[in-house]
Amino acid sequence: MGRYWNEKIECMAREDMKRLQSERLVAQVKHVWDNVPYYRKLMEEKGVAPEDIKGLEDLHKLPFLTKADLRDAYPYGLLAKPLADCVRIQSTSGTTGRRVVAFYTQHDLDLWEDCCARAITAAGGTNEDVCQVCYGYGLFTGGPGLNGGSHKVGCLTLPMSSGNTERQIQFMRDLGSTILCCTPSYAAYIGETLHDMGYGPDDIKLKAGIFGAEPWTEEMRHEIERLLGIKAYDIYGLTETSGPGVSFECEEQTGMHINEDHFIAEIIDPDTGEVLPEGSKGELVFTSITKEAFPLLRYRTRDICVLTRKKCSCGRTLVKMSKPMGRSDDMLIIKGVNVFPSQIESVLLKMSNTTPNYQIVVDRVGSVDTFEIKVELSDEMFSDTIRSVEELEKKISSDIQGILGIRAKISLVEPKSIPRSEGKAVRVIDRRKLH
Amino acid sequence: MTVKQLSVFVENRPGRLSAVTGMLGNAGINIRAISIADTKDFGIMRIIVSDAEKAAAVLKENNCLVTVSSVIAVEIDDKPCGMAKVMDTLYKDNISVEYMYAAFLNVSESTACLILRTDSSERAVEALTEAGYRLLSEEEMKKI
Repeated sequence: MGRYWNEKIECMAREDMKRLQSERLVAQVKHVWDNVPYYRKLMEEKGVAPEDIKGLEDLHKLPFLTKADLRDAYPYGLLAKPLADCVRIQSTSGTTGRRVVAFYTQHDLDLWEDCCARAITAAGGTNEDVCQVCYGYGLFTGGPGLNGGSHKVGCLTLPMSSGNTERQIQFMRDLGSTILCCTPSYAAYIGETLHDMGYGPDDIKLKAGIFGAEPWTEEMRHEIERLLGIKAYDIYGLTETSGPGVSFECEEQTGMHINEDHFIAEIIDPDTGEVLPEGSKGELVFTSITKEAFPLLRYRTRDICVLTRKKCSCGRTLVKMSKPMGRSDDMLIIKGVNVFPSQIESVLLKMSNTTPNYQIVVDRVGSVDTFEIKVELSDEMFSDTIRSVEELEKKISSDIQGILGIRAKISLVEPKSIPRSEGKAVRVIDRRKLH
Repeated sequence: MTVKQLSVFVENRPGRLSAVTGMLGNAGINIRAISIADTKDFGIMRIIVSDAEKAAAVLKENNCLVTVSSVIAVEIDDKPCGMAKVMDTLYKDNISVEYMYAAFLNVSESTACLILRTDSSERAVEALTEAGYRLLSEEEMKKI
């Protein structure tokens, strides 16, 4: 088997790919118009009909979908196939608000697994390999996606799921795993544990790792490669579009090739929604052109990145996206953990019937992040005794730790004491110098 | 018989007490009793004022967090054992004091006024009245 899973597609001439994308887009818009009243209404509001979309050049006419739409339409509002035709759901963790549930027909699963097979092949995988999948299995897309891709490639697949690291290493040694699939932070942890157990890269047969589902840096890549003696490949995806495998890295390790026969990528200005020229930094938007059950058109990922069509030494012509450089929404990374203000809102909402005003203050002392949440007390939350106010503070603190996994200092403050900007409280103060 | 008390949430930072008491003063409200319970980050200021309703309205207008609750204002002897006797009365009836503080007003030179919050106002009022204590009314608090 060669270095491509699907050479025809992965190395397709640009003009041919554009033609393929155009054909699929036109058909997909019609499918969505006919079957998804929610999106049809958005199109009608924008004055666009299926016949206005004649090809790729008309994509910009379509309305965007956002995470808010997914929440509004939960659970069936964006479904484009009868449930009888669907065979699987996958879901997000729901920690950033209401969970996203994505539906798959058997055809959708096949295409998704095919995308993952391309990623495994690009990382050097063949049917001679032993592929250890330690992404979580279940609703999370990581485990099922790479598991399916590994089957397609014909690797001997170890469906380990995450956790029990010493057992992971034991299997890795006993069965001679050659490819590891998990989150980069878990890969680093496996590497450290391997060394703690008195082993090194020479005691295992791993040659490559496919890591994704969370942001990681080049430094982390080098550290994982050193600890495990492997080449570490990035993989990108989101539940909304299918899961991992939307894009994947090749041996050049300079960005992820997007599977353009399934997903059309655009970069837009997050403020105006305007499509930006190639090479611009902006928000990544995906249009699924082959999905049957859950076909999102112009879905705003909130990830900020750059697309490039520079010739890649691997021979693939698929457009490359950079690692996401940030978010166009207000996600923060504090002590290495993704924090959305909406998570804090969900905790505070439990304390009173309306969301209190709050402010997140992040700073860095030495190399350690400090994390404080100021919460304006409301009538409902306040009572006469110190004890009850302190109990409230403790409750917020432990609930925040429960949902984020990190501790925040909770400061209860007086009503209207958090500065407002145009009537809205300023939610985040980040005093760290990260760039 | 109980009197109205205002509890005000006050952040522990310079100028807050000056601001809150200033709001009351400017509205012509007299403070008849005051106590502050404090922690590292915030305090609760408890006050008995000449006009509880007006004071609560003024504070709320100025974005203060206020709750109104009922406490007992009891006249006790201003001499050794004056406090001990009233505590004993409550203790014998198995009534717990949650907090208490002294008021600025004294009905006569030989008495003091104690503000009490117990786990049961009803039973405390009964016990104190039975033991011969005089409880002060809302009206008596209204003097400026």
